[in-house]
Amino acid sequence: MKYVDEFRDGELARHIAANIAREVMPGRSYRLMEFCGGHTHAISRYGLADLLPACVRLIHGPGCPVCVLPTGRVDQAIRLALEQRVILCTYGDTMRVPASGGMTLMRARAAGADVRMVYSTADALAIARDNPARQVVFLAIGFETTTPPTAVAVKLAAAEKLTNFSILCNHVLTPAAMHAILNAEGGVNLDGFIGPAHVSTVIGSRPYEVFAAEYRKPVVIAGFEPLDVMQAILMLVRQINDGRAEVENEFTRAVTPEGNLKAQALVGQVFELRDSFEWRGLGSLPFSALKLRSAYAAFDAESRFGVSYVAVPDHKACECAAILRGEKTPQQCKIFGTACTPETPIGSCMVSSEGACAAHYSYGRFREATA
Amino acid sequence: MNMSKRPGRSLDMKNGRVELAHGSGGRAMAQLITQLFAAAFDNPYLAQGNDGALLPQPAGRLVMSTDSHVVSPLFFEGGDIGSLAVHGTVNDVAMMGATPLYLAAGFILEEGLPLSDLQRIVDSMARAAREAGVAIVTGDTKVVERGKGDGVFITTTGVGVMPEGLHLSGDRARPGDRILLSGTIGDHGMAVLSRRENLSFDAPIVSDTAALHGLVAAMLDSGVELRVLRDPTRGGLATTLNEIAAQSGVGMLLDEAAIPVNPAVAAACEFLGLDPLYVANEGKLVALCAAADAPRLLAAMRAHPLGARAAIIGEVCHDAHGFVQMDTRFGGRRIVDWLAGEQLPRIC
Repeated sequence: MKYVDEFRDGELARHIAANIAREVMPGRSYRLMEFCGGHTHAISRYGLADLLPACVRLIHGPGCPVCVLPTGRVDQAIRLALEQRVILCTYGDTMRVPASGGMTLMRARAAGADVRMVYSTADALAIARDNPARQVVFLAIGFETTTPPTAVAVKLAAAEKLTNFSILCNHVLTPAAMHAILNAEGGVNLDGFIGPAHVSTVIGSRPYEVFAAEYRKPVVIAGFEPLDVMQAILMLVRQINDGRAEVENEFTRAVTPEGNLKAQALVGQVFELRDSFEWRGLGSLPFSALKLRSAYAAFDAESRFGVSYVAVPDHKACECAAILRGEKTPQQCKIFGTACTPETPIGSCMVSSEGACAAHYSYGRFREATA
Repeated sequence: MNMSKRPGRSLDMKNGRVELAHGSGGRAMAQLITQLFAAAFDNPYLAQGNDGALLPQPAGRLVMSTDSHVVSPLFFEGGDIGSLAVHGTVNDVAMMGATPLYLAAGFILEEGLPLSDLQRIVDSMARAAREAGVAIVTGDTKVVERGKGDGVFITTTGVGVMPEGLHLSGDRARPGDRILLSGTIGDHGMAVLSRRENLSFDAPIVSDTAALHGLVAAMLDSGVELRVLRDPTRGGLATTLNEIAAQSGVGMLLDEAAIPVNPAVAAACEFLGLDPLYVANEGKLVALCAAADAPRLLAAMRAHPLGARAAIIGEVCHDAHGFVQMDTRFGGRRIVDWLAGEQLPRIC
């Protein structure tokens, strides 16, 4: 823990905060998007907004795996569990994501489905080995961070000839989502990105260079500790003040320009690009997600059980889409904190503590209340 | 539970298992009761051997509380479902400011539970009750078919006695009051979770399960007027404070740096993506008193072994929204909200 505590030092934080306050230019604003839910969580949990001058605005991006998962994908998982009677293995956060008809995986479990929370793909594989008479499906979600472990599981299942294991693949790609945000209709009001931490350990810092070079948006890759975020904000303020647009790496203790080549190779062996994938809030994006290569097609739960994807429109009043694109804040949504709360989430941003709405509901509401 | 002694062969404690017959009211049940429960809990009230225990009337007002225990795994570092079933109810009675006297225990056993496990649990319960100075005076046993229970569920009901004049209640928090915590948080929840998830750490995380009425007595003896006492069990410290804030119609402001957390617990929480503020405790209490009384109360708590790491962790404030807020170690401020659903690990 000593190692972690060093990145949570309040004294150092105040020092960086003083530098930020001194260096911001009077009269201009700094609209910075933290792409990852991990950053959103750190910002909320440590109350970072309190340490920043009013002209620095943090905009929560779409990098929360359960938040970008469209309703139709959760519906598929629920159909597998309830109708095909598979053992559905999932990461914890996904259990409460709202699906069609007020259903969630948690409610499906109460209705008799065999839904199991796992901490890793290895747990899901172990369940498959222990239950040879049952079909086991792993609900594979997440960005580039969670993809390599899924690739390992698929390769192991193939090597062991496990015929009762498959995955419902929803792995998505960070750069594709960043392109979508920057290409949004009507333009986007952003001055820079706090770049992903764990994702970048896998893909490296190079994939962000296009955003600096072509879109002229500075990117600073930052770790998930609060001091990392503060330092990245200072680096972004400096780039913006200098009129620079570069990819800088604050998270040098884990991220290299080329990333984790071994993990990339592994993912490349098992997965290939999907032509198109629907994201909640961002719509259908070309080449933004992964599917299993034909050599591993036998492990694709969608084809094994014939559960095809059916798109479902989001709740009419829900502003998750605009919030995920950084166009609106949670408070600008009519149902935020009234109909939509962490107990009764309507949009997915209210589900995970990494979601912009849940983070604001749990950690930030008092600001309006006391304002 | 009828405790009269009847003849019969001995139970095979080493290799035997709970069978449906152990709950059927016949000879097997009588055997289980005499050889296991009555032998371990042995006290004059239980030995009356009737359907209910006849108890002397104590002076003062009666406090009664009940709690069901369904912990999995049954055994964990620092305790087991047996000691937990005693401490849980003893503490609920103690949080009223009462001295616990008697317990009733209901057991739901799952067919197939090894008798050796049951013996361990019952012995642990008997030991915990003896140490807490309470008698288990009556009980009941039922057996459910295999697959319909989780080994054993234990419900305990406690009766205690409280002197006149004492009034502790969750609605008595007033702006300006200080919030005191008796020690580190999250130890019980993480001890159970690390056993459940097969996580091992260099220093094992040990449950804090303990009977708190001795500490409560020491606090009352200090002469300080206690407003509220609560044990932050399920839902952890955050949930307990939100309950008090809602009940009293006040807000709270905590100081994160003042809240003690064992390093191993902090590390395990970090690893699993959990927040210790929401993790269960079974041997800690939260006390509220007027600001001027806080140093004296803190001293009394620290003088007791179960309060050695006690701390003043925050204060009560005016807040129409009833928000519990916290100044973070990092220098920011955040809401410490009610927990929504279960605390689920984050993905990345």
